[in-house]
Amino acid sequence: MKALCWYGKYDVRVEDVPEPTILNPRDAVIKVTSTAICGSDLHLYDGYIPTMKKGDILGHEFMGEVVDVGSAITNLKMGDRVVVPFTIACGNCFFCERGLWSACDNSNPDPRIAEKLYGYSGSGLFGYSHMMGGYAGGQAEYVRVPFADVGPIKIPDGVPDEKVLFLSDIFPTGYMAAENCNIQRGDTVAVWGCGPVGQFAIKSAYLLGAERVIAIDDNADRLRLAAEEGKAETINFAKEDVYDRLKAMTGGLGPDSCIDAVGLEAHGHTLDALYDRAKAALYLTTDRLHALRQAIYACRKGGTISIPGVYGGLLDKFPFGAAFGKGLTFRMGQTHVHKYLQPLLDLVIEGHIDPSFVITHRLSLADAAEGYKTFKNKPEECFKVILKPGVNGNGHALSH
Amino acid sequence: MQNEADFYRTNDTQSSGNGSAPRRNLGHIAAVVAGVTIAGYGVRKKSPAIVALGLAGGGALFFRRELGKLAGNTISSLGTSTDDAVAREYHVEKSIVINQTPEALYKFWRDLENLPRFIENLESVNPLDERRSHWVVKGPGNTTVEWDAEIFNEKENELIAWRSLAGRAEVTNAGSIHFEKAPDGRGSKVSVTLNYNPPGGKPAVLLAKLFGDEPGQLIELNLRRLKRLVETGEIPTIEGQSSGRVADSEPKRKENKVASKTPVKALAAGASEEVA
Repeated sequence: MKALCWYGKYDVRVEDVPEPTILNPRDAVIKVTSTAICGSDLHLYDGYIPTMKKGDILGHEFMGEVVDVGSAITNLKMGDRVVVPFTIACGNCFFCERGLWSACDNSNPDPRIAEKLYGYSGSGLFGYSHMMGGYAGGQAEYVRVPFADVGPIKIPDGVPDEKVLFLSDIFPTGYMAAENCNIQRGDTVAVWGCGPVGQFAIKSAYLLGAERVIAIDDNADRLRLAAEEGKAETINFAKEDVYDRLKAMTGGLGPDSCIDAVGLEAHGHTLDALYDRAKAALYLTTDRLHALRQAIYACRKGGTISIPGVYGGLLDKFPFGAAFGKGLTFRMGQTHVHKYLQPLLDLVIEGHIDPSFVITHRLSLADAAEGYKTFKNKPEECFKVILKPGVNGNGHALSH
Repeated sequence: MQNEADFYRTNDTQSSGNGSAPRRNLGHIAAVVAGVTIAGYGVRKKSPAIVALGLAGGGALFFRRELGKLAGNTISSLGTSTDDAVAREYHVEKSIVINQTPEALYKFWRDLENLPRFIENLESVNPLDERRSHWVVKGPGNTTVEWDAEIFNEKENELIAWRSLAGRAEVTNAGSIHFEKAPDGRGSKVSVTLNYNPPGGKPAVLLAKLFGDEPGQLIELNLRRLKRLVETGEIPTIEGQSSGRVADSEPKRKENKVASKTPVKALAAGASEEVA
């Protein structure tokens, strides 16, 4: 089968690889009908994530049809359409029983690397390095899904792929980011980063009762999307001082909650951002946290910092004094996707949200490598790429 | 009744003492599998250094007596039931919390034929009678290491303790597994104690530690595999999955030993209502 494989920094290729098979009783094999490139895939593409191996199949946002199931699977049958959460969870352990699906204790086959780095390992993830379990991802014609009796959610006929594909990651991730803000009536929520997760966080913040949402980015197109689709007020950090502007907009109080939907590759135009970039270039630090620093400074006293953006290693110049001095609450972590699948699918079916608004590029899987290049190099036009394994590649986008 | 702080007090320790009295009395000493932990070093790892280490350790198994003589030691008599002395050179304790009742876990473990389902390199355990069993462990290459062991102390739903028997014992070992109810319905704490005299002696263990592969870690690994098998009914793996690596895809599984047997949940269900 064809699959998008990682071979190194800026080197991903569609290769012929063996088709997946059932390895454990609770496995299923899915024929992928739609898959997407995630912003966090760019962290892999950029070589920021350790423990990748040459030949790893990428992709953690995917959906498709069940074509094979293990002996213990009774909830799925051939031909079922399912969306698969990017986090892999067993459903039986202490953490899964408490709804902390992305902290599943059992799904990472070799948790020892993560334990060395983090003390304990989170759940296994699809297509996201061997520290996270090394599971082959879904930017492929077929993918093996472990614990298929717990993760995949069935999609009713008549609901198109594009409306539900993002239940696999970015919609729940944006939603959990907003939920983590513990939004109260009258609250102002500021969102750093207007990529797809930021866009879903904006919409979710309103769904959860926010009074105002303020979107922060330096990309005019993304800000426009946040304003038009998300109904957010906007701040262009290339043109305005974010702290001053937020303070003015909130009458000196500061936002009640701040969402960092940027993560470890934040860029900015201030001195600390340049310093981060220089250090990262020299491999002295892995994570650049300009957006997070700004969020901590700007947040009101007693407010909440919610972090859906991915961080992997050590943070330099983290303003802990400001966080302590204002008594901030921090909420973060990989999304407990399983918890959000049904409620968010209901929101889609009931017409409260159509997640397909983020899609700008539809490509064949055969053109996936080109998709990464475009996504990386043309952020102004390329916002979200979805890949269709069933479609012949011709070197051109299917549509824009 | 212990309080919670006591319960979670770490007791993962590892110590060594030459000839000093065992740290715990026999009732708490028991057996797992020195052979499992040591004999298989060389086979699984690709690193030449670890393969060499494995061969050294594995080879030492077969020249145990000779090495023992060279070292002026009496390894062959330590820890067997014919001698007051027990396996005492190394002492390892590891524990893990498993989301299952002590009753179900005890029942699962007491059926010794279940052990090869999650202990790496353990080829088979065949009960000889109520107390005695025959153990076969994969060694380097196509070799095996075998011994007889006996359960010399057990308390239903709480404790199983066993030791290798003299005569056929290739590896002198004694150990125990202890099942305790965790607070507030949080399953059980399972603790394994292992006393053993390593083939190749202390240098082999130190060398192994250097490469991160020594009995304490392997016990941890096998306890984790037990937890996973009991909680989920399988042991998560990526062995045999697809990748774009040409020659070196994940090594193929010869057989799925977990999948081919009775599901654990069904086994455990007989002893517990808490099975998911």
